[in-house]
Amino acid sequence: MPEPRGAGGAGIGAGKGSGSGSGSHGATIELDNLTKRYPGSPGPSVDGVSMAIRAGETVVLVGPSGCGKSTTLKMINRLIEPTGGRIRIGGEDVTGIDPVRLRRRIGYAIQSSGLFPHMTVAQNIALVPRTAGWPKGRIARRVEEMLHLVGLDPGEFHDRYPRQLSGGQQQRVGVARALAADPPVLLMDEPFGAVDPVTRDRLQDELLRLQGELHKTIVFVTHDFDEAIKLGDRIAVLRERSHIAQFDTPEAILTQPADDFVSGFVGAGAALKRLNLTRVRDVKLTDCPTVTVDTPLQEIFDKLRTSGPREILVLDRHRRPYKWLRRGDLLRAGGSPARAGALVRDTVPGDATLRDALEAVLTDSSGRAAVTGPGGEYAGVVDMTTLTNAVHRLLEADRLEALEHRHTPAQERAPQTRAAQEGDGGVSTG
Amino acid sequence: MSFWEYLVDRHRQLLTDAFQHASVVFQCMVVATVLGVLIGVLTYGHEWAGTLATTTTSTFLTIPSLALIGLLIPLVGLGVPPTVIALTLYGLLPVVRNAIVGLRGVDPALVDAARGIGMSRPMRLARVELPLAWPPILTGIRVSTQMLMGIAAVAAYASGPGLGNEIFRGIASLGSANALNQVLSGTLGIIVLALLFDAVYVLIGRLTISGGIRA
Repeated sequence: MPEPRGAGGAGIGAGKGSGSGSGSHGATIELDNLTKRYPGSPGPSVDGVSMAIRAGETVVLVGPSGCGKSTTLKMINRLIEPTGGRIRIGGEDVTGIDPVRLRRRIGYAIQSSGLFPHMTVAQNIALVPRTAGWPKGRIARRVEEMLHLVGLDPGEFHDRYPRQLSGGQQQRVGVARALAADPPVLLMDEPFGAVDPVTRDRLQDELLRLQGELHKTIVFVTHDFDEAIKLGDRIAVLRERSHIAQFDTPEAILTQPADDFVSGFVGAGAALKRLNLTRVRDVKLTDCPTVTVDTPLQEIFDKLRTSGPREILVLDRHRRPYKWLRRGDLLRAGGSPARAGALVRDTVPGDATLRDALEAVLTDSSGRAAVTGPGGEYAGVVDMTTLTNAVHRLLEADRLEALEHRHTPAQERAPQTRAAQEGDGGVSTG
Repeated sequence: MSFWEYLVDRHRQLLTDAFQHASVVFQCMVVATVLGVLIGVLTYGHEWAGTLATTTTSTFLTIPSLALIGLLIPLVGLGVPPTVIALTLYGLLPVVRNAIVGLRGVDPALVDAARGIGMSRPMRLARVELPLAWPPILTGIRVSTQMLMGIAAVAAYASGPGLGNEIFRGIASLGSANALNQVLSGTLGIIVLALLFDAVYVLIGRLTISGGIRA
């Protein structure tokens, strides 16, 4: 049965695409106060989500189990019928149209692939084009093309049954099936949730590559924040009832979590990722007693005595870190500074990230590293205490900034009046 | 007259009976399969409807076949009609029950996926749910057929067609020269037919169950 065409406006109506590589690009998705209320339950499962997703953008819905992220996704293709609100895709209001027609224009990939076990790989991929009434030859070409696209050799996999594939291969076929009719929009419901971490990582890379070629509008649901950071152009952090806690770029969410819920959800990973975004020269370093190679012996002895159990750093004539010196070292070396102490092997340049500094501190046998300025001259020392303090200060500053930040851009980014009531960052939820 | 001589002597009559026996079982099975799957499709989605369908069809099985045919004679007369009606009713239960169990056993995630990629309800049923439920349904058809082979013999009581006539003739003339031969030929004939049908079902299974779900 041929698919009725032309109703779809700019984006979604282009779903027919072409048999060759160039397909239809993404369409915008607007959710307007979308609500799902199940009969018999006290409150709504999804409570007035409003969200504007740009064409060609990957938006990740992330949140704890049971927060309604999956329900929200399934309302976009109306697998779950919303009880309130509107959905617009490519500008067209699709809240009332025939759901079967709607779904043929939206790719859908789910956890554990959802492949039909009684059909071969090729038959699975051909399903949507077949229901859309494509001619046989075009379907056959499209199947080959899709297998190539997801990195499976058509000769080898065309006639296999799903059970003859590994989990990762099944997931690839699942994505190929979702993309077969070249839909402008792709919905993915924890698609990589059931595969092992190594395969998941590869599939994520593949998806990024695919999206780089195809520019679909992707809405991706996961509970894995790292996955969200990796895949999302923007991330919507959802709390219970699908209230949007924050809707922003991964960087903004990492550095400026809107509230305690978001920072809690971002979790320990944020502190580590935060290390990547800060330079060593921007944090307060520890100072360490220094002497130079030209310092008289007596003065070195005095410094060692006053520094207690700590080391002192011997600098060379250009004030570059040269040697670590402990109290006993000089005596053991017979009082000769030239032979005493341990040579400085690695230094951390000031424009290295805190993560590099952490790496250096962790691998150093004494747990400290000298930091150098632009000319290689001594600038300070980092150790665990320095890093811990720095990260604490950074996260605290981020939190304060986010608090300040929350009121201003809320109005700029989401002009809905409800934003003010909810007081959320980024986007309103009613 | 030895059994072998009897077979050679009466082979024409025996083959006709055997053919009619096979024919009536086959035709009733076709009707029972179509009706049974239809009932299964209509009822598997509702808890109470499925239970009702299974209970009703299993009630037929508890009625002794001779009694059911006896009850049908005053209503539809002698011969083929009571035979066909009784066989079809008996054949329903295994098909209906296995259809319901099979359709309910389809992974909900797959049904969800089928909806999600835009398959309409009839399309989901034809392309996804029934093919996945087909192995248990075919098993039900097999069980039904074996059962009908035996029950069809009773149909001769109502002057129905088939190998039952041999058996009833033999029983009626117990003590005569050929009585044992008649009963024996009718019984063995039914067993041979049942085995042949079963072989055909194995073949049908090979041809119609997808390699992706074959055990």
